[in-house]
Amino acid sequence: MQVSGYRDGPAIRVAGLGKRFGDRVAFEDMSFEVGYGEVFGFLGPNGAGKTTTVRTLGTLVVPTSGSATVAGLPLTSDNEVEIRRRIAIMPESPGLYLRLSVAENLQCFADLYEVPDGPGRIDQALQAVDLTGRAQDVCGALSKGLRQRVALARVLLSDPEVLFLDEPTAGLDPVATLDVYELIDGLRRRGVTIFLTTHRLEEAERLCDRVAILNTTLRAVGPPAQLRDRLFAKTLTVRTVVPLADPDALFTGLPAVEGWRRDGSASYVLIVSDPTHAAPSVTRALVAAGADVLSVGESRHSLEDVYLQLIDQRSESGTP
Amino acid sequence: MRAIRRKEFREYRRNGNLVFATAILPLIFLIQPVIQVFTLPTSASMTLRHEHSLVYMLAIPVLVPAVLASYAVVGERVQGTLEPVLTTPVRPEELLLGKAMAAFVPSVFVAYAVFALFVAIVEFFARAAVASAVIQGPDLLAQLLFTPLLASWSIWVGIAISARSSDPRTATQISVLMSLPTVAVTTLIALNVIPATLGIAVGFGAALLVLVLVGWRVVSVIFDPERLITNTK
Repeated sequence: MQVSGYRDGPAIRVAGLGKRFGDRVAFEDMSFEVGYGEVFGFLGPNGAGKTTTVRTLGTLVVPTSGSATVAGLPLTSDNEVEIRRRIAIMPESPGLYLRLSVAENLQCFADLYEVPDGPGRIDQALQAVDLTGRAQDVCGALSKGLRQRVALARVLLSDPEVLFLDEPTAGLDPVATLDVYELIDGLRRRGVTIFLTTHRLEEAERLCDRVAILNTTLRAVGPPAQLRDRLFAKTLTVRTVVPLADPDALFTGLPAVEGWRRDGSASYVLIVSDPTHAAPSVTRALVAAGADVLSVGESRHSLEDVYLQLIDQRSESGTP
Repeated sequence: MRAIRRKEFREYRRNGNLVFATAILPLIFLIQPVIQVFTLPTSASMTLRHEHSLVYMLAIPVLVPAVLASYAVVGERVQGTLEPVLTTPVRPEELLLGKAMAAFVPSVFVAYAVFALFVAIVEFFARAAVASAVIQGPDLLAQLLFTPLLASWSIWVGIAISARSSDPRTATQISVLMSLPTVAVTTLIALNVIPATLGIAVGFGAALLVLVLVGWRVVSVIFDPERLITNTK
């Protein structure tokens, strides 16, 4: 479904959104935007408010503060049905009618979405998740991974503009996981906005244009590389065969090096502003000093480092 | 609504427990009066004329939908299917009406079918005097009119209980238990303890109609998607 006329703004806009269940804060003061066609990762520990956020944006839970726009529509009770027409949500649990066949499950949801050409859409959705041959199988007899794929097929039926996927690869084997990654890439190419909740940081790093890290409040939003740069100083790691005689004299004399520390007996971490510029001059200085250089390389921080750093900061500050 | 109804019918057919419960109750309410009618001597026909044996069978449209409706919401919750359904454009009211219709149609069909079978058995195989004492015109009319009303009331009670329960079996037990006062009323009318006058019938019908409408409103309020999905409030 590609309805024109409301795609000028972002696919999702959240401003100061919050949800409380009595005294318990599920999430609060959340603000971010997701553009059309973007794959947006939503990361956080258990109880951080990821699922409640998805449910709130999916009109299942009423926010207690703030505002949001989903698929071009303000998140209000009047717009609930129309928003649900434009989005699809795959919850963490596949939620299939286990006594019904795969095709019957999909038919039920095609009817609920009032999908034109239901049988055709069901075939396409089954092909997309490689389940054409299992259409008549009863869902209760399927493995967890296959059920997950049926749930994926279900959210593809209505051709949504915004797709919320909650742990879509949970329980899938590596091959099936790769299939899901390809599916998400394909949806991205078609302009579908994907809001991906995941615990797999490598998955977020691989699939997402930007990620948000939260722990009831939003800790950071941005492309993984930008978050790395923001949180961690750029460093070079230097390894030599034997320890340097006077590393301080060597490294502090280099203009490209802002600081250094030892990281093992013959390993040094140099803080630099531009690794590409600093690496050649460091190598030249080491050779000139007669050091036997094993390696000079840029230190890489993964999204996991970013995640742990942010969550640790949160824990240290004592905020829930 | 049609999508929900179609899905519900498919699920009913493949849910052995539900099929058994739906079948066993009408059988009990068919076999017991049949045996009674066939063991009665002709002289008992005078006593039977003062009773309303057919009204006794109104327990079927009370109990069968109670069993079916009690599964409506809690069954979805236990399977984890309620959340995916509520993420579709279907409105909660449409979902409830679809589920109510899915319980209503088979319940009324079973009630009428069992009733027709009973009347046919009595008409063709019972002693003529007994048959004419049992099959009375006003009772037939009462059966026809009260069956859908009783079924509707029972369905809203069942769905209300289902929306507040977390276990399907508990929901069924409470739902059947909650139906017993209505069964007691129909039984008392059948035994002529409550006189089956036109006034009583009209009053009973009006009260049921009001209860059905109130039941629908109450169920609409009880069915809170946020509470059902998040287990809060």
